[in-house]
Amino acid sequence: MIKPILLWSDVLILVLLWSVAALVWLARENGQMSETLRGPWRQVMRSRVGASTALILAVYVGIGLLDSVHYVERLPDTPGQAAQYGGEVYSALDWVLTPLRENVEKTYSAPFATHLYAKETLQGPVGGEVRDFPRLKYGGAHLADVEREFWPDVLKRGGLGMLAGLLAWFMGYRLTGRSSLSPVPPPGGGGDGGATFALSPTLLFLCLLAGLLVALAPVYHVFGTDKVGQDVLYLSLKSIRTGLLIGSLTTLVMLPFALGLGIAAGYFGGRIDDVIQYLYTTLNSIPGVLLIAAAVLVVQVQIEAHAELFNTAAARSDVRLLALCGILGVTGWTGLARLLRAEALKLRELEFVMAARAFGVSHGRILLRHLLPNVMHLVLITVVLDFSGLVLAEAVLSYVGVGVDPGMISFGNMINGARLELAREPVVWWQLAAAFVFMFVLVLAANLFADQVRDALDPKSSARK
Amino acid sequence: MKGLSVENLSVEIAAGGRLLKPVDDVSFSIGADECVALLGESGCGKSITALALMRLLPEGARVAAGRVSLQGEALFDLPEAAMGEVRGGRLAMIFQEPQTSLNPVMTVAEQINEALAAHRKLRGDAALAEAGRLLEAVGLERDRLTAYPFQLSGGQRQRALIAMMLAGEPEVLIADEPTTALDVTVQAQILALLRDLQRQRGMGLLLITHDLDVAKDMADRVAVMYAGQIVEWASRDSLYAQPRHPYTEKLFAVLPRLERRGERLDSLPGRVPPPDARVAGCRFAERCPAVFARCREEAPAFHEAAPGHFARCHLAEPQTSRPDAAWRNPGSAREPSRIPPAPASGLQSEVLSVRDLAVHFPVRKGLLRRTVDHFKAVDGVSLAIKAGETLALVGESGCGKSTLARAILRLLEPTRGEVRVAGEAIGGLSGEALRRKRAEMQIVFQDPFSSLNPRMRIGEILEEGMAALLPLAAPARRARITQLLDQVGLPLDAAGRYPHEFSGGQRQRVAIARALAVQPKLLILDEPTSALDVSVQAQILNLLAELQAEYGLAYLFITHNLPVVGYLAQRVAVMRAGRIVEEGAAETLLTAPRHEYTRLLLDSAPGRGR
Repeated sequence: MIKPILLWSDVLILVLLWSVAALVWLARENGQMSETLRGPWRQVMRSRVGASTALILAVYVGIGLLDSVHYVERLPDTPGQAAQYGGEVYSALDWVLTPLRENVEKTYSAPFATHLYAKETLQGPVGGEVRDFPRLKYGGAHLADVEREFWPDVLKRGGLGMLAGLLAWFMGYRLTGRSSLSPVPPPGGGGDGGATFALSPTLLFLCLLAGLLVALAPVYHVFGTDKVGQDVLYLSLKSIRTGLLIGSLTTLVMLPFALGLGIAAGYFGGRIDDVIQYLYTTLNSIPGVLLIAAAVLVVQVQIEAHAELFNTAAARSDVRLLALCGILGVTGWTGLARLLRAEALKLRELEFVMAARAFGVSHGRILLRHLLPNVMHLVLITVVLDFSGLVLAEAVLSYVGVGVDPGMISFGNMINGARLELAREPVVWWQLAAAFVFMFVLVLAANLFADQVRDALDPKSSARK
Repeated sequence: MKGLSVENLSVEIAAGGRLLKPVDDVSFSIGADECVALLGESGCGKSITALALMRLLPEGARVAAGRVSLQGEALFDLPEAAMGEVRGGRLAMIFQEPQTSLNPVMTVAEQINEALAAHRKLRGDAALAEAGRLLEAVGLERDRLTAYPFQLSGGQRQRALIAMMLAGEPEVLIADEPTTALDVTVQAQILALLRDLQRQRGMGLLLITHDLDVAKDMADRVAVMYAGQIVEWASRDSLYAQPRHPYTEKLFAVLPRLERRGERLDSLPGRVPPPDARVAGCRFAERCPAVFARCREEAPAFHEAAPGHFARCHLAEPQTSRPDAAWRNPGSAREPSRIPPAPASGLQSEVLSVRDLAVHFPVRKGLLRRTVDHFKAVDGVSLAIKAGETLALVGESGCGKSTLARAILRLLEPTRGEVRVAGEAIGGLSGEALRRKRAEMQIVFQDPFSSLNPRMRIGEILEEGMAALLPLAAPARRARITQLLDQVGLPLDAAGRYPHEFSGGQRQRVAIARALAVQPKLLILDEPTSALDVSVQAQILNLLAELQAEYGLAYLFITHNLPVVGYLAQRVAVMRAGRIVEEGAAETLLTAPRHEYTRLLLDSAPGRGR
């Protein structure tokens, strides 16, 4: 028996999902308004890069969402008492990855290793003690003769997995994509045909990869294990939610400040500009890490003081994560705001703003209709670049000790854990490599996707196509 | 062979899979001690030609064919290192924008010395002395050597740039629209300076310009460019006496003049073919008044219509004439259509009256930003405009005319004085009353590119004012948008498109439609045609005249272009340093000015011969 649990971050994610759904619903309504909303997105999905990166991002978001469905397990009933629930909070992703989660070794082991990374004193086959690398409890445990069986087994499982992936792709392709595959792509390379053409190799690649992992991950540690023997692939997948949350929530907190204050400062000038400039200069001159450390410590104290509200470790680290997003957002808007102020300063002198004022259009509408759309490209670029910066900032802050909860699985904690081991001989590289690959793909996909969105939102570039 | 000669120059640009030919088979020559004007409207390829001569073509563009020789030396065969010696040395170029062509963090002396060191190996005191001599030669004080560009006015900067280019003692100087960004009086000075320098030093001068009058003042020979080709090539006297190509004739015909008041200006229909279009026949055929069947089939050769006067037109071929040869018969001179005058009924009502209006900007200094002085942008201006009347406000940049316009619209708060629109003082209005008043006065700006929000569709742009000021429901607004587009001569599907899809002239029509949308009584036109080509300018002026006749609009026409003033305005006010120095009826003021500043302006206007 299980009981669903809503963490605070889950609530925020639900709200976010709900608003995205509302936007999509609005765009589905008929009329001219919907076309202006829908058009750019259709163009993004039509482009090769746009469709591929959107798919990759969707996989990331999907994993993150799966990881946001939390529950606790019911403990075995003791007669005469109400049902008891465990203190451990699991997510749907944990459930899917149960074999990975539970296959915990003793300590480090390299990717696809069958033996532990460190030598131990073992009982020799003929009695007496030997110093040797012990076999792993789970990684490759089914092999009787490692030397002889390892490669055939890996190849067989991998091959079967990829075959299954290929099959899945083909099925999906036949079900959904047939109609758009058959016609000749329209001249000029644009159109829907191009998109399906672009989408399918990416989809094929993802299917093959998934097949490979599904086949191999349960019996081998594909990315090795960490210091306490946890599977690194599992850690990486779990880190995705933390990374996405920090990236997106911080941006959501930061954007209203940056947009509102930055554009208002540039447009109104005078006193308002003075006040806002004073504000962000002051904020900027306080060392950021110090401010964040102080804020996180305050939150820590508050959590201790209200321990009854946060009864599980997961809830505690969750609140700490939210607090971190909040504080990063509140301190992180200054750069973008300064950029937008300069741009608004330039735009307000342009004649279309003058013309709007000559019509007596209200300041609010001028800000919203004339200035905001003309700075969106800056916002988009900055936000996406900041996104990768934020994921990294989390790693740095974990290093100082004020990042996310040390018990929370995140890229920052993974990197932090791997940091010291880089000095070992032979090097423990897989933890860092896994975090790097996952973050790299995420950030690259986000960047390319944002480029496409920016192009699509710019009326000039959409006409070029 | 002295001077610069260009033979069969073609430039290609590969862009997005298409091959553009912005310059196609261009030949001309500049003798030593001669000034040649390369005349054409924007986009005809004249600047690309100049860049090709300097071998400074932008990335992606290349010289496809042709030969350029300077004193007999083929420039395209030189290795880049040797070309570097020639460039800025024997062949120098000055640019249009004096703001951006000087490095803002280097003094004038440093920039001139750079050229002296590169081309004449002068350094130290010798270089400084020579730089001083050059500055004096271009009419600047020697002590300006230590000045930074921001300390110089626009005209002074252009002089400094010329001094820099003279440092290499060029044999041929290319001047790409050297005075377009300058005021009339400064333009006259710079042109005079260029002419004097050219004569004193025996340089060849290639003057690139769009201004027929400037070319007339300066050039010995003129090459007229159209769509990448030279369509006419003649001595100045011959060209201005009798143009042989229909395009050149049209260029003369669309110029507004005092004598053409009340006439509908001749206009040039259609658009220049895009540089990637494959035209089988003559490139001007689609817009030509004298077009006949052969024009569309066979590209005309470059015929010598009169000795030394070439034109790329079948009609210039000595033995051919058009089947129906009546089109250029002087006897049947076309009677220009006239624009009916504005209805007389409303003439008595005063739409705008301004009394003693002043706008002072505080000058703040120091840590506490205390006000130490005031900059008097507008200092006691009074004027009045009746319905159906055009008052031209003439003045040079910085004289306060745009500030005055903004103060009248109450986009700026005036320091003192009173503005009455349709009899009601707008100074004391606020909130809803002011908003309603705004519908009565609207403005059209100079730059058609920055005056339309690039992220809004034309329909949204036109709707904005109506939504803010008129009590119209959405369907009524949409109907009115259709009506407006029709009025200003734009296609009806324009409403769903973005501004960048339109040319400068079409954008200006949108801007006019936007202002008309709220049914104003007063329209302030802030240099509405100065960013446009002359042929487009004629269309816009015609449109403005028609709208005025139809609705009895009052125009406050702000400009520095005196021929346009003479054509359009009934009354003229000349403004200088925040004050109006002379005001009167257009005919008398333009022919018999009383104030010396007005005289200076009139004398500076190009096109009066040397």
